[in-house]
Amino acid sequence: MIRARPILIFAMLIFALFVLASIAAPWIAPTDPLLGSLGKRLKPPVWAGGTWANLLGTDAQGRDVLARLIYGARISLTVSLVAIGIAGSIGTSIGVIAGYKGGWTDRIFMRIVDLALSIPVILLALLFGVVFGPSFTNVVAVIALVLWSQYARMARGETLRIMREDYIDLARTSGLSALQIIRRHILPNIAGVIIVVATLQVGTVIVLEASLSFLGVGVPPPTPSWGTMVADGRSYLTTAWWLCLFPGLAIMLVVMSVNMIGDELTDRLNPALRREGGEP
Amino acid sequence: MTRAIITRCAEALIALFLMSAAIFALRRVTGDPVALLLSDSATEADRMALTANLGLDQPLLTQYVIFLRDALHGDLGRSLIGDRQPALDLVLSRLGYSLQLAGVALVFSFLIGIPLGVMSAVHRGRFIDFAARLLALIGQSVPVFWLGIVLIFLFSVTLGLLPTSGYGDWRHFIMPALTLGLFTLAAITRLCRASMLEALNSEYVKFARIKGVSENQILIKHALRNSLMPVVTFMGTFFAAMITGAVVVETVFSWPGIGRLAYESILRRDFPVVQATVLTMTLLFISCNLAVDLIYLWLDPRMRQGAK
Repeated sequence: MIRARPILIFAMLIFALFVLASIAAPWIAPTDPLLGSLGKRLKPPVWAGGTWANLLGTDAQGRDVLARLIYGARISLTVSLVAIGIAGSIGTSIGVIAGYKGGWTDRIFMRIVDLALSIPVILLALLFGVVFGPSFTNVVAVIALVLWSQYARMARGETLRIMREDYIDLARTSGLSALQIIRRHILPNIAGVIIVVATLQVGTVIVLEASLSFLGVGVPPPTPSWGTMVADGRSYLTTAWWLCLFPGLAIMLVVMSVNMIGDELTDRLNPALRREGGEP
Repeated sequence: MTRAIITRCAEALIALFLMSAAIFALRRVTGDPVALLLSDSATEADRMALTANLGLDQPLLTQYVIFLRDALHGDLGRSLIGDRQPALDLVLSRLGYSLQLAGVALVFSFLIGIPLGVMSAVHRGRFIDFAARLLALIGQSVPVFWLGIVLIFLFSVTLGLLPTSGYGDWRHFIMPALTLGLFTLAAITRLCRASMLEALNSEYVKFARIKGVSENQILIKHALRNSLMPVVTFMGTFFAAMITGAVVVETVFSWPGIGRLAYESILRRDFPVVQATVLTMTLLFISCNLAVDLIYLWLDPRMRQGAK
């Protein structure tokens, strides 16, 4: 969106840092994110009177905020990858089948897609969380359940477009089966668009996971999730502002950089596919 | 035209019907309501009586038909908590607060988003364009719950200008509406900018310029009118964002709307109320989308003429 080069480079740097932090968390985190000590409760960041031992301060249980932030990146990235992977493969399959078959199959699938788009995400997640208990699997399942429909829509539209091409007719006359046509001609042609949608969704998933954890139905404690960290810090807003500030900033910076990268990809790969609305 | 309208309405009805089935199914997997209601000292006879009273001894299909019939008569069961108020009454008593907040947030995001998007497109590459795009980027990236907390910290805790939470006079609306509306504002700004840029490069605008129509007239009469169409198309999405956002925003700001009611009753496992809130939200959502579709049909001359 902001097309000035330096800003895009900055975005890519932040994203690289985010990925690096999640992969190398055990080696770069200053301390164990779960290890607290009551003697070190609510220490401020180093520039606000804290010590170098806890660069960004400590939380109410004396756990290092920086270490928890670094491990929190891991949760955000894993949830995004798994949820988008599941939603992308299910959604794309359904979209391609609907587009290829047409007729009643198409109509029924697209009705289901419309219905899936009308589910209030947070409510569904809350229900799941309360009924099945908060867990990693749960978060991924809810997010995938909400996201697949967008891939289905996009894949169907693209499939319909490709079906009009001459080479599909040729492939049919030369005796290729439906599965072969889908695998050899349709999937490679829609991959670009699907990857763009996936990139644009990373930000959405990170915010969604954080919101669920904030409401207490996300990844359960003591696993450090950025949303849980903000929720925990809320009660100390007046005395320990750093508890809420840093995880929120982390979410915002990472999501901003992913969105910028996604926009850039969109513009390069397919100018017709512009990012609109979407889920918060 | 008529056919398109009928199709849309039928589709909305089917969606509503399917959603009611899903909501009914959810009640089945959420544990035994009888066990929740009874005290520990209850006997087997008490249990049987309550099961029969709640209609839980009937076959599943019968239960669903009864559920639908009751729902159509406005009976969605009673709350399991406190003085067992009817669930629908509880939801309706809170609905007004949510609609007020969503309304203020929506108006706010349109009043700022549309001019900002237009200015951004007209002055492309200038400072205002940069500022608008930055605001849009932030608006689509900042987590709603965190924005609320930051605003409370800044304007209530530090500056003492605004009340931290709750419902009241206009000052209570500022922070929740801002928090709820920022995402939509960002989306509207982006949409408006993109479609305005497209319109400004179109043949009809060039033609109007050649004819000597004044630049202001071109902007308002030609470009703006056409570039508002996509904004209308996405009204449904905006509304969805408002509903989803309401749960978080109302929780952060202790706003007495249906979002917070949903959150609280889910945590308290008060499922009749949960059912009623989800059903109400879905109904709102579906009817809003239907209205958007119908407005779209009416606005687009191609759609109007294409119908026999």
